[in-house]
Amino acid sequence: MNSSIIVFPGSNCDRDIAIALEKLHFKNKMVWHKDTSLPKSDLIVIPGGFSYGDYLRSGAVAAKSNILNEVIKTANDGCLVLGICNGFQILTETGLLKGVLLRNKNLKFLGKDVYVKTINTDNKFCNKYKKDQVLKFNIAHNEGNYFTSSDHLEKLEDKNLIPFKYCDDKGNINTENNPNGSLNNIAGIFNDKKNILGMMPHPERMIDQVISGDDGLNLFASLLD
Amino acid sequence: MKITNSIVEKHGLKLDEYSKIKELLKREPNLLELGIFSAMWNEHCSYKSSRIHLKNLPTKGKHVIQGPGENAGVIDIGDDDAIIFKIESHNHPSYIEPYQGASTGVGGILRDVFTMGARPIALLNSIHFGSPDHLKTKSLLNGVVSGIGGYGNCIGIPTVAGETKFDSTYNENILVNAMAVGHAKKDKIFYSKAKGINKSVVYVGSKTGRDGIHGASMASAEFDENSEDKKPTVQVGDPFTEKLLMEACLELMKDKSIISIQDMGAAGLTSSSVEMASKGDLGIELNLNKVPCREEGMTPYEMMLSESQERMLIILEDNKEKEAKKIFEKWDLDFVVIGKTTNTNNLTLKFNAEVVGEISIDALASKAPLYDRKWIKTKLPSKKINIKDLKKIKLEEALIKILSSPNESNKSWVTEQFDQMVMADTVQKSGSDAAVIRIHKKEKAIAVTVDSSANYCKAHPLTGGQQIVCESWRNLISVGAKPIAITNCLNFGNPENSNVMGEFAECLQGIKEACEFLDYPVVSGNVSFYNGTNKKNIDPTPVIGGVGLILETKNKINHLLKKEKNVILQVGKTFGHLYQSLFFKDIYSIIEGPPPEINLSNEKNNGETVLKLINSKLITSAHDISSGGLILALAEMCLSSGLGLKIEKPSKLSNLMEYYFGEDQGRYLIEVEPVNLQSVTKNLNENNIFNEKIATVQKDNFEVLGELKININELYKVNNKWYNNY
Repeated sequence: MNSSIIVFPGSNCDRDIAIALEKLHFKNKMVWHKDTSLPKSDLIVIPGGFSYGDYLRSGAVAAKSNILNEVIKTANDGCLVLGICNGFQILTETGLLKGVLLRNKNLKFLGKDVYVKTINTDNKFCNKYKKDQVLKFNIAHNEGNYFTSSDHLEKLEDKNLIPFKYCDDKGNINTENNPNGSLNNIAGIFNDKKNILGMMPHPERMIDQVISGDDGLNLFASLLD
Repeated sequence: MKITNSIVEKHGLKLDEYSKIKELLKREPNLLELGIFSAMWNEHCSYKSSRIHLKNLPTKGKHVIQGPGENAGVIDIGDDDAIIFKIESHNHPSYIEPYQGASTGVGGILRDVFTMGARPIALLNSIHFGSPDHLKTKSLLNGVVSGIGGYGNCIGIPTVAGETKFDSTYNENILVNAMAVGHAKKDKIFYSKAKGINKSVVYVGSKTGRDGIHGASMASAEFDENSEDKKPTVQVGDPFTEKLLMEACLELMKDKSIISIQDMGAAGLTSSSVEMASKGDLGIELNLNKVPCREEGMTPYEMMLSESQERMLIILEDNKEKEAKKIFEKWDLDFVVIGKTTNTNNLTLKFNAEVVGEISIDALASKAPLYDRKWIKTKLPSKKINIKDLKKIKLEEALIKILSSPNESNKSWVTEQFDQMVMADTVQKSGSDAAVIRIHKKEKAIAVTVDSSANYCKAHPLTGGQQIVCESWRNLISVGAKPIAITNCLNFGNPENSNVMGEFAECLQGIKEACEFLDYPVVSGNVSFYNGTNKKNIDPTPVIGGVGLILETKNKINHLLKKEKNVILQVGKTFGHLYQSLFFKDIYSIIEGPPPEINLSNEKNNGETVLKLINSKLITSAHDISSGGLILALAEMCLSSGLGLKIEKPSKLSNLMEYYFGEDQGRYLIEVEPVNLQSVTKNLNENNIFNEKIATVQKDNFEVLGELKININELYKVNNKWYNNY
């Protein structure tokens, strides 16, 4: 499986994702933002960080970069695309995913371990998880408060386009366990074809029991099938 | 422009220092030259009051590759790996402009570490605020915490440990100390010493603006009612540019093009160029027309004294410019040759084809003033209180009061504003005795901690100095690390005051004695004097940053209770020392008497034995007993794990408060499985270490038999409310 990680100035989770992909024997390439073509890829990852310093608005500048034109084309042809944290913000800025990521409800950066519930396993990214499985992931963001129109929200729920929702350690989805104020506790969403996933939590930080857990491994393992 | 006495004083120089400048130059300086002298001769850059004492610190050891004097200290952690680290203060700027002050403090210390070829792997901080009731404290706390997070989070280095404290001594002068730790290959360490003449001097990074002019001089003076006016001397940070600068420098460092490299920190272009030339015994000539400027019409004076952030000076090998420039262009950074090394031993500054300043490097560096300031010894305070005369308080009430106090409350409000996990090697986050970071792609890990005990240092600086080193040592031991070396940030008041100078001299003596005894050398550090306002000095607050080594990451340990029925042993003896304790301060507002005594040989013996027990996997958790005493340490083990404890009352000691809240040193709590109990106690006894079984792990309740019983959830609520209600 060939993967490409897009590296912007200010990306800072690119190395961590590369390690995760290599652990599962992806053939991975790092792709610089100024490049104008993509290597042959089955998976494109847009990593977390502060692309272009998050100046103007998180992800806004990155969404206009050279390489993103290629990512958009390839994604529309059905290539798998995973955007994590800043990558999710960039995907919403490009329009590949609908909705926006607002400032966290407490207006502060939030870095902590959280639980998410696996809502949809019938897709390329989550097929190694069990339905309703509770996973421990780490979040680290200023703008992770997912917001969208009520029509779109309805569609996300009806068409099962929400793979992960924030919950407590037992899987209860409620306001107390919504760290950033996202609508319906949304931690990640798909596009209609479910080939594009944007999520705020960092699965790549959970690939090693010695570090803080390995609930993230199966997300990458799912992609290999 | 004629240099008048008032201009001299505005530059923070004394008149006799000005006379010395004229003597060295054999003429009057012009304004640019005076500005350069003021930047190099201030306390911050010249260490003129501290050098005489600093030279006594132990700085060598079998793990030390580079001690103080470089951008940061370097230690050997085996194989090809080196750890590069340093702590630095950004107190004054953070009080004037908390967000930018704290944020550029982090940026500055990171540059010190990656300048030497290390990829930073961890950030720590020690922040001290005034009393929570003080008008400014809340906004300073908010600004500083988000500033520290703002920089570290963006650049993508995890902020993994720290301490946040409140005390009225910092009401008008907060402390913001940041520590950075990096990893490099032993044969790829870069130094600031220039070599060879006619080598290109290259400016890289951000453009120079008018911010931070005289920042270092500002940091070398006391505050007064006009401190607000000093806002323009605070630099503005841009972590995004620093990230690019870091990646570009690390990329350039892969080959052999760099002769020497120095970040432009305090006193910017002036100190970086002078330090490189001074260490290399060379001259340096700069053409100031080439300096990339943010604004038009900047004068040589402004360029030389600006403290704009995210800039570096590099001396390159011949014929390497083209390749080097390509790297910096890739990262969209300025790369300009602005001068060359010379054999004149002078700093020569040209502007519009004229020499606008020329000073011998020695006059700026080695001939800078050196003061042996008058200092007074502090007598050991006497013990005047009889605990029986104090109003009685219930154990439960005292414990709850302390657990819900600003200083002992759970700090997740602070630490959740930091990304602790980026780089995916954080094995243990803040909240433990020390954080643990795995060396990337290796089995081994380092443990890091920052510690301070200002009240002990105030009461008796010599003991206080020893105590913080021991506390740092214990914190590393408690996670299973072998303590290797420290960095120190020495925050003190006005050195011209002989009491303050005495506190400094004796704290340093204490640090020296403990470091020597424990074989725990000092490899880097920073002195911050003039912390105070209108003649009121802060309590002496030396901060120690410790680094230890764990050979196998999986052997690290923490203070979380593991299993019901396991036994808790106290290691080291409790005498019940309550003077200068949290108990006296928080319950009775008594701040007097001597700090707890330090017995270095017990400290060493206890620590080394506990470490052996950890390495032989005989204990399942460990915790250092520090401020708040035994009861607080026990409560912390419950709070972090959700398990409870059944604690037996002491059979001998008469007074419960002395027993539970006493802050005697050299003590640990260890959790042992019943099957291992015999071999653990045997081991401790063989090493002549006092130990006793004091508690058993149980479900749900924190319980002292016959005294108190509190559900852990209740305890958790008590411990977690202060920040959220503040």
